[in-house]
Amino acid sequence: MNQPAISVAYMTLLRRDIILAYRNRAEFANPLLFFALVATLLPLGIGPDTELLSRIAPGVVWVVALLATLLALEGMFRADFEDGALELMLISPQPVAALVLAKVTAHWLVAGLPLLIIAPPLAMMLYLPVGALPVLLATLALGTPVLSLVGSIGVALTIGLRRGGMLLALLVLPLYVPVLIFATSAVDAAAAGLPVSGQLAIMGAIFIMSVILAPLATAAGLRIALN
Amino acid sequence: MGGYAFYVWSAYAVFVGVLTANLISALRRRRLLLRELSKTASQQTIDDAKT
Amino acid sequence: MWIWFHKLGSPKYFYDLSGRLLPWLGGATAVCMLAGLYWGLVVAPPDYQQGESYRIIFIHVPAAWMSLFIYMVMATSAAIGLIWKMKLSEVIAANCAPLGASFTFLALVTGMLWGKPMWGTYWVWDARLTSELILLFLYLGVISLRSAIEDPRTAARAAGILTLVGVVNIPIIHYSVTWWNTLHQGPTISRFDSPAMDLSMLWPLLIMVVAFMLYFTVVLLLRARCDVLSRERQSAWARALARA
Repeated sequence: MNQPAISVAYMTLLRRDIILAYRNRAEFANPLLFFALVATLLPLGIGPDTELLSRIAPGVVWVVALLATLLALEGMFRADFEDGALELMLISPQPVAALVLAKVTAHWLVAGLPLLIIAPPLAMMLYLPVGALPVLLATLALGTPVLSLVGSIGVALTIGLRRGGMLLALLVLPLYVPVLIFATSAVDAAAAGLPVSGQLAIMGAIFIMSVILAPLATAAGLRIALN
Repeated sequence: MGGYAFYVWSAYAVFVGVLTANLISALRRRRLLLRELSKTASQQTIDDAKT
Repeated sequence: MWIWFHKLGSPKYFYDLSGRLLPWLGGATAVCMLAGLYWGLVVAPPDYQQGESYRIIFIHVPAAWMSLFIYMVMATSAAIGLIWKMKLSEVIAANCAPLGASFTFLALVTGMLWGKPMWGTYWVWDARLTSELILLFLYLGVISLRSAIEDPRTAARAAGILTLVGVVNIPIIHYSVTWWNTLHQGPTISRFDSPAMDLSMLWPLLIMVVAFMLYFTVVLLLRARCDVLSRERQSAWARALARA
């Protein structure tokens, strides 16, 4: 009997996860609402000073994006872990890393991509200079997949643990630091009219490295956690 | 220490504290383990003598 | 060489060997510590620019180096434990974490106490301190993960993966933080890296580095022996030891 090609397995799992996510629409709206709420709370806490807000806007948008991603991460493997589908994935003939990549892609489409959509209005509310907006979206497009990929490693390692959420944050946030630094630096540079190609190139490199290595680490973590 | 006495000595105090704490905790763990193991060993001897 | 490495896999061999080495290592640690401290605190002259406060360097720099070195040891042990499933490796990796976190904490605190007289504030977001802070979080993550998982074998393997992921990220994090720091650099230049150190100051620093290494080895062996003994408590040699 022929095994399906890896790409077929990937697309099947991806499609399944997206359909499941669509059926649980409400659950996936929460991180987005969190993102919008916090970005609204900050001016309330700091004051509506235009200059101050526009200077901290890139950092604020990105830190809140980090936290919203963290919130959404826990759901990545939970449902499959609870009903045993995850174990089946591990013993399937397909390489686990490919299946992991499918799940991470689905997770990003559902939790990361919406951040890109909701970021422009929030950036406007924080007086981010209009010229920097395309770069903000570029950094989010390059950065949020990395957040999902690297985050998946943490989720795999903390699966099934009580209070895994806090531990997940502790494990994963230090690893997010480079993405945060280069993304906010790119947006700051764009706001000042300076070149951003260097930062975006580094973010691209981090993205590629994460796509290749993270699923392997996540797969190893899942195998450890499940037996 | 040329006016910096507080900073220099505080730093060295933390240094002594951290290193001593680690050493004492290691020695303490060893002592407790040996005590626990010898208790199990004497219990084992009693059990062996009974059978 | 490989034969010796294989022998090390035997818990009893490790226990006996480390037991014989410990007194010597302990003595060497004490000698180096006392010599280094005396040389650094008493003999070395005050710095031209920083006066007496520079003496913190004799514990700050060795602590910072140890914090990174121990992470490398931990990562290597974790890799060996994951690949060859050698129990001793798992024990070593587990005991490196709290020691590494202690040295990172020490580097941070001494860095802060050195920074206050120099820069006027206890905390500065300079590259070295910020990197050390993130390294501390990485250590605490490994410790927390290991303690959160009940089965020791699973805990060791999960913590091992996390350690390896961390080790890949450390250069990236350090590079990004250094780069970030140069972006936001104020007029002050970091005084933690003096351009060239006079020999009268370099010698005590090197002696303290050796002293810290020896200390780390001593405490690591002490803790590892406890874990090995505990794991092997059912074996004949362990029970004979307990009865004595």
